[in-house]
Amino acid sequence: MGDGSLVRMTRAEIEAQVRDGVEAAVKRAKVARLGDDEVAHLVDIFASAARFSAVDIGDEVILSSDGVGSQDAGSRINDLQTYEQTVCTDTVELYHHDYSFKPVKPVLPFEQETMRRAQLLLTVPCQYGAMPDLGRYTVPDGPIPNWSQLLPLGRIDEARAAQEEAVEHAVDDIVYVAEGMYEAGADGINLDTAGAAGDADFLAALRAIERIRARHPDWGIQIGMAGEFVLGMHGELEYDGVRLAGLWPAAQMRLAAKAGVSVFGPAVNVNTGKTVAWNVARTCTIVKPCTDAASLPIHLNGGMGVGGVPMHALPPVDAVSRASRAAVDLLRLDGL
Amino acid sequence: MGGLRTAGDLVARMQMTRRMRLPEAKAYVAGKLGVSPADLSDPVAMSEVRREQGLGTIPTEDTATTGDALAIEAKLNIMRVLGVQVRSAERLLELTRG
Repeated sequence: MGDGSLVRMTRAEIEAQVRDGVEAAVKRAKVARLGDDEVAHLVDIFASAARFSAVDIGDEVILSSDGVGSQDAGSRINDLQTYEQTVCTDTVELYHHDYSFKPVKPVLPFEQETMRRAQLLLTVPCQYGAMPDLGRYTVPDGPIPNWSQLLPLGRIDEARAAQEEAVEHAVDDIVYVAEGMYEAGADGINLDTAGAAGDADFLAALRAIERIRARHPDWGIQIGMAGEFVLGMHGELEYDGVRLAGLWPAAQMRLAAKAGVSVFGPAVNVNTGKTVAWNVARTCTIVKPCTDAASLPIHLNGGMGVGGVPMHALPPVDAVSRASRAAVDLLRLDGL
Repeated sequence: MGGLRTAGDLVARMQMTRRMRLPEAKAYVAGKLGVSPADLSDPVAMSEVRREQGLGTIPTEDTATTGDALAIEAKLNIMRVLGVQVRSAERLLELTRG
């Protein structure tokens, strides 16, 4: 199930779950249905009694991440080395435990020194990650009126103005940290959970990416989305003439590509009350128009509540591997 | 893909620096290394290729000798072999006037 609990179903029940998940996506995101062959492949994956499922030999994809290691044992560089040399991930990511750009800014010299030392010891690409996290700029944590307090009072214009002001602060902070990491030798920057505070949050990420890309044409820039569609907390913000509120993954990807990202990470939320088969079918149906239209690498966000992976801190490997394999097989992903 | 066990890190670099989708990135890396794309996820085949071309491996006594390029040493070779930007290798050359 989407909460990680184990259920047993017949093949017919699994097929019904898959078809229901597809229909849920079609109704909500206004996308095309999966084909019968794709539905059949999903049913095959979920009807297997094996503990683990995997793609065919030669179909392996790249693994990126939103931070590696728990930071609970050893140093952060030890975490990176463990993921490189024991877990053998394709990339690793250094992160500050307060995973947002704003709190990183005052400690950037410390982060730079850690990145610099990590780069001497690592072979695989090591990027730096944090969230745009627009809410950090509102009172009492920041200088800007809190739009979540203004909106219920009907003070719409003030709430919108506050978000627009926060965008400017966030862009400056993201670019500042990215520049610092470029100087320290990082292989790229990851703007993770973009859009978490809505359309203004996504706009801040896009504008920051545009500025970073203009200065560094060959540097890695990754964006991972916060959810399947962009919340309209402001409602009128646009990027490149496109209204951001309500955008689904394919439209998000086109704007991210326009801004200059290297890798786009769509996120589809998990319904914990539905089966993993239902959630994976819904995820694949929503994301397929994105991967079909992409001219840049797509790394689906897969883990703890997104991409069909159960919302649990210790998700069962049968569920994680099925969700991952299904997404790679059906969406022709470039990575996870 | 398996990271240092295979060629996952090299393929990832093509995605990050050149925005290549996976088939293009695998074909590019395979071409530069003189192997087939299928070899890229084979740890046995890649251990030989990585050693011969100095592209780094897992730094243990079972997998590396003192004659093998590791970490920042390997990244200088990766930058040259793949023809891509590797910021830490660029910095090393800048700072050592290399």
